[in-house]
Amino acid sequence: MKVYLDNGATTKADEKVVAEMKKVLVSEYGNPSSLHSFGERAKELLEKSRKTVADEFGAGSDEIIFTSGGTESNNLAIKGLLSKTEKKHVITTKIEHPSVYNTCKSLKGYKVSYVGVDSEGFVKLDELEKLITKDTALVSVIHGNNEVGVIQDIEKIGKICKKHKVFFHVDAVQSFTKVPIDVKNVTTLSISSHKIHGPKGVGALYIKRGVRVGSLVYGGHQERDVRPGTENLPGIVGFAKAVEMKQPVEQIKKLREKLTEEILKIPNTKLNGPKERLCNNVNISFMGIEGESLLMMLNMKGIAVSTGSACSSQSLEPSHVLMALGMKHEQAHGSIRFTLSKFTTEQDIEYTVKELKKIVEKLRRISPVKNVR
Amino acid sequence: MYAKKVMEYFKSPKHVGTIKNADGVGEVGNMKCGDILKLYIKVKDNVIKEIKFETFGCVAAIASSEALCRVAKGKTVDEAEKLSNEDVIKELGGDVPAVKVHCSFLAIDALKKAIKDYKK
Repeated sequence: MKVYLDNGATTKADEKVVAEMKKVLVSEYGNPSSLHSFGERAKELLEKSRKTVADEFGAGSDEIIFTSGGTESNNLAIKGLLSKTEKKHVITTKIEHPSVYNTCKSLKGYKVSYVGVDSEGFVKLDELEKLITKDTALVSVIHGNNEVGVIQDIEKIGKICKKHKVFFHVDAVQSFTKVPIDVKNVTTLSISSHKIHGPKGVGALYIKRGVRVGSLVYGGHQERDVRPGTENLPGIVGFAKAVEMKQPVEQIKKLREKLTEEILKIPNTKLNGPKERLCNNVNISFMGIEGESLLMMLNMKGIAVSTGSACSSQSLEPSHVLMALGMKHEQAHGSIRFTLSKFTTEQDIEYTVKELKKIVEKLRRISPVKNVR
Repeated sequence: MYAKKVMEYFKSPKHVGTIKNADGVGEVGNMKCGDILKLYIKVKDNVIKEIKFETFGCVAAIASSEALCRVAKGKTVDEAEKLSNEDVIKELGGDVPAVKVHCSFLAIDALKKAIKDYKK
């Protein structure tokens, strides 16, 4: 049996998405910039897709720029916004995805502040506001966290940014279509297709009307000069189809609750992150066991998950997100992330729990670390 | 990521456990780095007759523990003292990811500590 519980990493494309993409690849293959009928048809599809994506969170079509995915969108927002201001201070959080974290780290001539989170992963809003100075250009916050599923209050953070006239960038790659998004107080917002059963290699950046974002690459006039290069039309059409199909949030959540409940029945397990979180995410630490070993044993049984353990990373450091929540090393090392999707079934959950119990017992027998709580 | 032999030792280690009245015990590693290895040896006529391990750690750490037990078992204490991490890696089929080589060092360190404890 094969069970895929790593939908936070990427998802299976929906057959209907693939069908739409195939149509574009073989029948509607024109370049949207061309003047002939092929180009006209492609342009039509491009703009229809843009509207579908924009409508999902009440934005205007003219506020959506298609990109190659979440990483490019985050880079474009942060570097693009900074290129249009003289201010040299950036605030982000300690629980960002690497595409924001490392973009901020790469900035030369800028001061970057990292606001902390509480033990459930919620950004400390008072600390955030105190960090804002006259030189602060931008605040960048992850909406739904990819590791522990915590959902930040972007309305509140947006209000703080608005009050201090600071740009507010939101990484909504994991939350898009799963949590309602209001861009009223948001300057830019990143989304991605392959996390929602669309194709890989396509995403978008919402840019509030009137805000200027400098481009990262140079070329033609596509995407209002912000993102030159022939549009990935099959990808964009597939992305729009995936958005259109909506997420069965309650169905996913119900299975996630069942999985969480069953796993927490295993002795010495701890839930990482808050109870109310992204509908498809749960992150649990198995005390006295190292995450990579657990992951590989699950893998032998056909079950795919991920871990925040140090051993699974090239850096040999445990997940910076888990550490930011104030976790001890042993808890971070023993963490496993399970991420469900609309394709996850009741049987998947039952099989996973059954195998998991056996594996945890086996690894605890091997471990010299007994009775850690 | 891992070679066949590493996975085999990880999946079905034969030397897991503790030894009652062990002649030497060596524990290395710490929770911060995420590997803890505890090694038990039973020595008779200067030969390592029995060897067992308990490991908290990744696939490479568990496989290295098993590999070490296999190479050290039956060796004289003097021979065992001369073993190096290369012997552990060789036992693992010579194919350990670069970032995981330190796990094999850990296994050797545990053996050295257990022998030191035995000699005490």
